Amino acid sequence: MKNVDARTHLRGESVYLDDMPLLNGTLFGAAFGSPVAHGHINSLDLTDAAQMPGVVRIFTSKDITGENQIGGIIPDEPLFAEQETHFCGMPVAFVVATSTEAARAAVKKIKLDISPLPVITDPREAQAQGQLIIPPRSFRLGDTNAAWNQCTHIVTGTADTNGQEHLYIETQGAYVIPQENNALRIYSSTQGPTAVQRAVSKALGLPMHMLEVEVTRLGGGFGGKEDQANTWAALCALAAHHLKKPVKYALHRMEDMAMTGKRHPYSSDFKIGLDAEGRILAYEVTFYQNAGAAADLSPAVLERTLFHCTNSYFIPNVMATAYSCRTHLPPNTAFRGFGGPQGMFVIEAAIAKAAGVMGVPAAVIQQKNLHHTGDEFPYGQRAQSEAHACWERADDLYDAPAIRRSINAFNKTNQLYKKGMAFMPVCFGISFTKTLMNQARALVHVYTDGSVSVTTGAVEMGQGVNTKILQVAAQVFSIPPEQVRIQPTSTWRIANTSPSAASATTDLNGKATLMACTAIAERLKEVAAAGLQVNAADITLRDGYVYVQGDRTNWDWKKLLMEAYTKRVSLSEHAHYATPEIHFDAAKEKGHPFAYHVYGTAIVEVTVDCLRGTYVIDAVKVVHDFGASMNPAIDIGQIEGGIVQGIGWMTMEEVIYDADGRLRSNALSTYKVPDIYAVPKDIEIAFLETQQDNLAIFRSKAVGEPPLMYGIGAWFALRNAIYAFNPHASIPFTAPMTPEKVLMALYSKTMTGTPSPHEQTVTHLAVDK
Amino acid sequence: MPPGMLLLDFIRYHQHLTGTKIGCNEGDCGACTVLIGSLQEGRLRYRSFTSCLTPLGNAHGKHVVTIEGINGEGLNPIQQAMYDESATQCGFCTPGFVMSLAGFCLGQQPPTVQNAITAVDGNICRCTGYKSIERAAARVARLLQQRDGEPPAVFAAEQQLLPAYFAGIQERLLALQLSMNGEFEPADDVTAHYMGGGTDVYVQKPEEMKQKAIRFLFDQSLLNGIVEEDGRCVLGPAVTVTDLQESPVMRSYFPRLDKYIRLVSSTPIRNMATIGGNFINASPIGDFTIFFLALDAMLVFNSGRELPLRQLYKGYKQLNRAPGEYLTKIWFRLPTAQSRFNFEKVSKRTNLDIASVNTAIHLQLAGNVITAALLAAGGVAPVPMLLQKTAAYITGKPVTEKLVHETIAMAQTEITPISDARGAAEYKRLLLGQLVKAHFITLFPQLQVAAVLNNYA
Repeated sequence: MKNVDARTHLRGESVYLDDMPLLNGTLFGAAFGSPVAHGHINSLDLTDAAQMPGVVRIFTSKDITGENQIGGIIPDEPLFAEQETHFCGMPVAFVVATSTEAARAAVKKIKLDISPLPVITDPREAQAQGQLIIPPRSFRLGDTNAAWNQCTHIVTGTADTNGQEHLYIETQGAYVIPQENNALRIYSSTQGPTAVQRAVSKALGLPMHMLEVEVTRLGGGFGGKEDQANTWAALCALAAHHLKKPVKYALHRMEDMAMTGKRHPYSSDFKIGLDAEGRILAYEVTFYQNAGAAADLSPAVLERTLFHCTNSYFIPNVMATAYSCRTHLPPNTAFRGFGGPQGMFVIEAAIAKAAGVMGVPAAVIQQKNLHHTGDEFPYGQRAQSEAHACWERADDLYDAPAIRRSINAFNKTNQLYKKGMAFMPVCFGISFTKTLMNQARALVHVYTDGSVSVTTGAVEMGQGVNTKILQVAAQVFSIPPEQVRIQPTSTWRIANTSPSAASATTDLNGKATLMACTAIAERLKEVAAAGLQVNAADITLRDGYVYVQGDRTNWDWKKLLMEAYTKRVSLSEHAHYATPEIHFDAAKEKGHPFAYHVYGTAIVEVTVDCLRGTYVIDAVKVVHDFGASMNPAIDIGQIEGGIVQGIGWMTMEEVIYDADGRLRSNALSTYKVPDIYAVPKDIEIAFLETQQDNLAIFRSKAVGEPPLMYGIGAWFALRNAIYAFNPHASIPFTAPMTPEKVLMALYSKTMTGTPSPHEQTVTHLAVDK
Repeated sequence: MPPGMLLLDFIRYHQHLTGTKIGCNEGDCGACTVLIGSLQEGRLRYRSFTSCLTPLGNAHGKHVVTIEGINGEGLNPIQQAMYDESATQCGFCTPGFVMSLAGFCLGQQPPTVQNAITAVDGNICRCTGYKSIERAAARVARLLQQRDGEPPAVFAAEQQLLPAYFAGIQERLLALQLSMNGEFEPADDVTAHYMGGGTDVYVQKPEEMKQKAIRFLFDQSLLNGIVEEDGRCVLGPAVTVTDLQESPVMRSYFPRLDKYIRLVSSTPIRNMATIGGNFINASPIGDFTIFFLALDAMLVFNSGRELPLRQLYKGYKQLNRAPGEYLTKIWFRLPTAQSRFNFEKVSKRTNLDIASVNTAIHLQLAGNVITAALLAAGGVAPVPMLLQKTAAYITGKPVTEKLVHETIAMAQTEITPISDARGAAEYKRLLLGQLVKAHFITLFPQLQVAAVLNNYA
């Protein structure tokens, strides 16, 4: 089944936040963000700005009627800066005017007298100064200290990954309409309607039942609108609350890029030990997460880095420590993979470096150490593993030895171009790692005309969740999909929602929908049984008819509903689903946090132009563990999109802040995401269909995040191609691998001495020193 | 409406046609793509534009087509192709892709899959990874296979690819043009801003432009056209990159033109950006400034003054130009059998990106000896520059592997790159050297590649 929104998307009729017809009297906002990353505010002069034409009022922290606080996990993030600013772009004032142009023009007239304070952009520097968001956390398995002397090879190093701008094509925004008695209707481009509701509630001092947050769809989210939609909604709500007028703020792209956080950059140290056969015996890793100026979701992202620090490998002795470091960048936030990719890059770097020392291809070590069913993760859960199945099928299906031979032959005969390949296995846990968030609700109404309305806490942002939930309802009732409508997400219809994140949205909300629909179906069967004078157990609903013991009756769907309605049987249900079996003890750092894991293996092939330092990604060939896909078209779309976004992160997407914490890559002209020419020439996806039961909806495993990490293979394939040109190349483990880094590596000489690990961090964070 | 107002704002906030989306406000994402139809020598021609960089003045008297204008009952075959391939996810970029593919259906280029993909090369999608869009583009190309010399708009209307009204647009535009006679030639005004395609000025200062008096040069017929005259090529400064690419003169004298132009911006920007605008914008990395510097192009202003392009730049964004002066003509000597020309560009993303370094070379040869040389480079100094010392050094010398290394060494003494978001200074130095090697390897296949590649010869 195709995406249910496809028709309106293709006709340009889908309504996004900025497309909503405006009420008369609507006012328009624009935020004034701090021009200084860290500073003491001496004075804020709004006089000139307030006199600009069209300006209605300018809001600051003084106007807050509740608490000046929007922090989600930790209350450490003011809505407006008061005495100090903590990052460039931090809102200091919010101008509301009769047009967007007038509001933006007034923002330029605001004068801020601010004394700069020292700026930290480097997570290691923050850690050294004790600037941590939360106390460090460690996951342990076995005893690494005892294991080192059993190792034949011990390799150490550092690995750095840069941030990533979400670049949802629809920017952030909100439109708030005052209702009677101080209630507010809030349209927000958010993945977390409840997060917006809570943030506005706190900032305005209004109870949550006064705040309806409604979301029809997003023009992309990727994690960027999980927690960071709160600011704009709170600003508009504050203004609407004071002015009793509708207030809208749809961010300009440059505002969005400058004011919002991104994927967390990480700097990491690793130590890996292997025996003579290449079995990994011990792994120690320390992660320095660049959290930015406030917690946002950083503690949860940090946790997932630890969960995925051994990727698909079984390592008997692990010691992984992670620091969430407070710097003066915009608070970094969720981004597809949520810390997992950062952890996986480091173990892949460690393996690649060890392989170099041992003189074997990395794939040999990778394959030898893939975990098996029953192997323990460092956090205590035991694997139900498809790691070998995916790897071996990929190796066989795509004939990896032949690919390797053809690359070697190509490299022997070509001087200007070199090819490289890499395997990238992926293992990703599905569930929110915070157990309490693994719950969802669905509200299903069946109308007497046969149509069905479903509301859940899920937010549609292109991932196809609405389509899959619609499939659930249509399947349970056995009616055509056209008879089911998925309603916009609303905090007045479904309360206390978890954000649409962690790849778990379809599982959680789909299961709740399944429960609600099943409850209604069971009641309907009772009605039919009574009317037809048969046992309810003999009744099935199929193709819009009531069947008894497999035989179609003359009761169709509508007749059944009218009977139920006449008999005063409820045609509505509100169901609650909580993922079973999961638990986690944060004191011991052990438990069973995931409903299941998703596995896969990608083979990535690249060609480097050794003259110019440019490259193309030739192919990404994947075997992916779908369980049993309930919608292959949507799932393939998620995998192709995830791969390309992952490759973008690993290759051309370069977030650049200067030493003063100002974003230099602040527009699409300076921050490049893949275009149609940049994508792999060939993407092949094979389904690993598995038979065993799992906790996914209809056994169709979650597919949002896992494929992003296939993109990591592109980095290592490029590395191998560079070595084919220059076996002595110096290639620090720093991502992204831009054409600049490729060219510098192609013509580098082996570094002598030990380079300061710190140096690598600074170069990608601060270009214009 | 002020003529400097953006077409995008007019469409969305005045006409309330919200299918055209705002993505980046700088022509980089294509979410706001529309088609603009106009009469060129009496024939209807559609080109895709990013409406976020198009002033109303550049759409005056033309047929502006938004997604709403191509909807029929249900899905048209272009939309159906996207539907069948699941080529839409969040949907926000989707109308832009549909419009670009509609532009392909209305264009003159052969209906190949590659041309269909080229049509969407200015559209960014963050969800799909493009593979489904590629497959949809291939289906759209197949829809046009039966077209046989028919005017594209007529064919599209007949085949119900697009609504039937497209068949009558040529007549309507003609009538409109007659009724608007004279409106295209606004009076001279020295305080006015002279504007070509607007593709850079609307990135730099969109708010300011909305209020300004603007003299639109884009559609002035005297400022258009590419002709060959006595061994020279004469261009109107309002010639767009697409015009340049389609010009028979340019294509015959620059056989690798398509390869160069693929490295320059995207389809809609190439449809809008003018060569004159590229020069006057004075970007140190203007792709066509570098290209024409190596051709030693000559500029002619409305004042009658002639100036070699190489003398236009006095410093960063400082022009040798008087107030009220605008370009009326560009000319250069066409390459001869003894000429060798090449253009190279590297950017973070290969396509639709601003160069880290770009360079063009133009050599005259007598046998294997260089008798005259022009070497231009961008991204390595505050202005687009001609490396004159380097050119002087290599003149009179035979082309050898050693000479390539000497050229690079000499070039390093002339450039002063800085570190910025497009690369560190050290990288730009290395890269210019590599691109010089690329020039020689491309132009002189007899050179030993290994010896040219070796940095330490």
